Amino acid sequence: MSVTDTEVLIIGAGGAGTSAALHLAQRGVPCVLLERGLVGGQASGVNYGGVRQQGRHPAELPIARRSMALWHRLVEIAGTDAEFTVSGHLKLARTPEEEAELVAYLDVARAYDLPLRLVGRNALHVDYPWLGPKVIAGSLAPEDGAANPRLLVPALARAARAAGAVIEEHAKVTELAFDGTLFQVAAGERRWRAAWLLNTAGFWGGTVAAAFDEAVPVQPLSPNMMVTEPIRYFIEPNLGVVGGNVYLRQIPRGNVIIGGGHGVSDPAVPWSRPAAEETRAAMALATALVPSLAGACVIRSWSGIDGEMPDHIPVIGPSRTTPRLIHAFGFSGHGFQLGPGVGAILSELVLDGATDVPLAPFDIGRWTARAA
Amino acid sequence: MRLKRLRDAGRAPIALTLDGAPVSAQDGDTLLTALLAGGAGHLSPNLFAQEPRAGFCHMGACQDCWVAVDGLGRVRACATPAADGMVVRRL
Amino acid sequence: MKVAVVGAGPAGVRAVEQLVAAGLTPLWLDEAPDGGGRIYQRPPAQLSRDARRLYGFEAKRATALHATLDALKAHADWRPNTLVWHIDPHRRRLEVLSAGTQATLDFDAALLCTGAMDRVVPVPGWTRPGVTTLGAAQIALKTQGCAIGDKVVLLGTGPLLWLLAYQYLKAGARPAAVLDTTAFAHKARHAPGLLAGGAVFWKGLYYMAAVRAAGVPVYEGVRPRAITGAGDQVSGLAFETARGAARTLACDAVALGWGLKPEAQLADLAGVPFRFDADQHNWLPERDIAGRTPVPGIYLAGDGAGIGGADVAERAGARAALALLEDTGRPVPQDTVAALDAALARLAGFRTALERTFPFPADLARAVPDATLVCRCEAITAGDLRAAGGTPATGTARELNRAKAFTRLGMGRCQGRVCGPAGAEILAAALNREVAAIGRLRGQPPVKPVPLAEAAE
Repeated sequence: MSVTDTEVLIIGAGGAGTSAALHLAQRGVPCVLLERGLVGGQASGVNYGGVRQQGRHPAELPIARRSMALWHRLVEIAGTDAEFTVSGHLKLARTPEEEAELVAYLDVARAYDLPLRLVGRNALHVDYPWLGPKVIAGSLAPEDGAANPRLLVPALARAARAAGAVIEEHAKVTELAFDGTLFQVAAGERRWRAAWLLNTAGFWGGTVAAAFDEAVPVQPLSPNMMVTEPIRYFIEPNLGVVGGNVYLRQIPRGNVIIGGGHGVSDPAVPWSRPAAEETRAAMALATALVPSLAGACVIRSWSGIDGEMPDHIPVIGPSRTTPRLIHAFGFSGHGFQLGPGVGAILSELVLDGATDVPLAPFDIGRWTARAA
Repeated sequence: MRLKRLRDAGRAPIALTLDGAPVSAQDGDTLLTALLAGGAGHLSPNLFAQEPRAGFCHMGACQDCWVAVDGLGRVRACATPAADGMVVRRL
Repeated sequence: MKVAVVGAGPAGVRAVEQLVAAGLTPLWLDEAPDGGGRIYQRPPAQLSRDARRLYGFEAKRATALHATLDALKAHADWRPNTLVWHIDPHRRRLEVLSAGTQATLDFDAALLCTGAMDRVVPVPGWTRPGVTTLGAAQIALKTQGCAIGDKVVLLGTGPLLWLLAYQYLKAGARPAAVLDTTAFAHKARHAPGLLAGGAVFWKGLYYMAAVRAAGVPVYEGVRPRAITGAGDQVSGLAFETARGAARTLACDAVALGWGLKPEAQLADLAGVPFRFDADQHNWLPERDIAGRTPVPGIYLAGDGAGIGGADVAERAGARAALALLEDTGRPVPQDTVAALDAALARLAGFRTALERTFPFPADLARAVPDATLVCRCEAITAGDLRAAGGTPATGTARELNRAKAFTRLGMGRCQGRVCGPAGAEILAAALNREVAAIGRLRGQPPVKPVPLAEAAE
């Protein structure tokens, strides 16, 4: 059986994996990216499409800031803007407790140079007269926006291929090993060998990590997504709420994309589907936020599979057990914006042995060390 | 387009409005029949193609005949009985 | 045991009949107010319901089915005007919408009799008011007493084309022309295989003969070129004759259709696998002759399980109900089962011959001009789709759901019901692949649009 040798093997063609392949290939490094289905088929391709920095865990903000710079260069990098628009992200509070959270986050944002502006009740209802009466405050991140998740990863993959990366779709990894020098990976009858292995396999990143004796408590996470028929365009900012039980945005074509709650999934198939009761709950929360949405029809709903960590932030960084194995998975439902930046960071870890954003909070050891 | 009544055409008259213009129809019409036999010409336009539409399948499948009716919200014209006094708007 | 039957057409009625006879009270849901399915849909009470005039040769069958339907309503949990927009096969739940109110209904077993719709090929101008499906033109006539215009051209192929022409003629709306994309020689060559259909075959010949005898212009082996007009008016149909001559017919309406396709969205959401049937040229949910699917508790019957027509649907509905009863340990009359199986096997052979006689014109679909809309809802053209199969910034879409993701084809209100078959041909041709190799548009809930309710308070 023939074995293909390469320098870097990457498992999982989401945003992080395809971006890593692109950045490595651009620096002339041979790499092979293996994807069990089609590129961008799960979390990176079916998510809400929020390109959001506001509200992130402080540890994620340096990565989000780096990634945002790449989003702005997307046309140059990937040949398409993937419908990326800077619409602003308006996070809303419906109770005094939620408003207090918005206020508290202002300090976080300031510390990371993230522009953020609190909008009080009166101004909010003047600026956004379509908001429902239960909304009492908001904070606007003017640099944030949204993009079309169906386009980002396929475009990064095409660019990576054009730069020399090899991307194998329908290549479900069936064997994983490290012989002390090289990683040996098989997908059915096909085999590869490489000095480096990048684990960007989303929920299935847990399986990859476990194969190298560092199992982590990653759980499948299935966002519950839906979209309405096109209606008059009036919701400019991407809307979220404190607590995150509903989020919605309107694209200029007129469709309103609404997320909230969780679907059901079976990662073994893999199979996922929105849950009707969650869809109904999100519908009600959406019309409470924007009452004039009532009557508009939902025409489609969907889900996908991401990996969720118990602390809701990903695992990013070198393995604790295996040299030249680097993880980046478990983005816990908010990795879309981070993907391009994480790929760049992974390429730097491989080629430069370091990167300019602190990764300590994402160390896999926070789980494996505890278990030991 | 104009639907042409061939039979059972002597039913009780009903009156509707479409975007404010009066439409004469007959009791027993679907909303689609009422509007398209009554001279409306078309229903809601397609926003992306920017062209008029008038329903295509008449069986609730193509989703091309949605209109708004006061009191009922958005409905498929082909699957909604017309009623006297209905106030109908194109989307 | 709670059995849910979705649909009250020929299959649904005969299914419920068996279930009620076995002592069950099924939950019975139908989108229409009065059941009957599309074929035996009754006009509203304000119009004449004279069966002879509405259903012609099928009057007896229609009357019998309506009588059974009406008698069964009291023995079932009958829910007309109810859309089933989602099915959860694991928790065995239906999500329904009725008069603006949502509900979740539990079931132990579900029998889906969801029917079919016209299969269409885009023709330049086909989205203009004045152009409908053949099925629409038939429904307008049958349930509303209306023709779709004054000078109506009927275009397509298949039994419905000729039946509709005959029905228009009988109703006093002489079609301006009948254009069959299947050549006469092709039909004649396949006619012997249709003899197994017995009366159905002879009725079909009768319709064709009657239409010709009435002097309706008939063109066979044609290729439609464009439906012309302006604004919301159709003015003509341009086509190419079998000999390649360019012709134009003046008309103010066109009804078109090329056979039927299953409305199998609920089977899809229930997790039933699909396979491409080369004879029907449709993706069909997997089931055995009795209507059992690989998904426990899910049964299929009627045109929604594969096109067979009303006679097949009645038998398939009864047969699927018996399979369901048998699978849940109830005694079923084995002689009835054997008779239904024999009839269904015989009729399946006839259907195959019929599909071969009136083939789906895949070549026409593959040749739809770049500027022509394929997806009516999202206004996606054939050119957009071909570009997705080319080398766009996102890379080549090598299967239909990828093309959907890239172009929005099939993402609109109808969820690809209308554009799916032609879209698949266009993409397959662009990729130089077999149509079966590029997959089918996956179903997503809701099966049909569901309005956002007003917030509480």
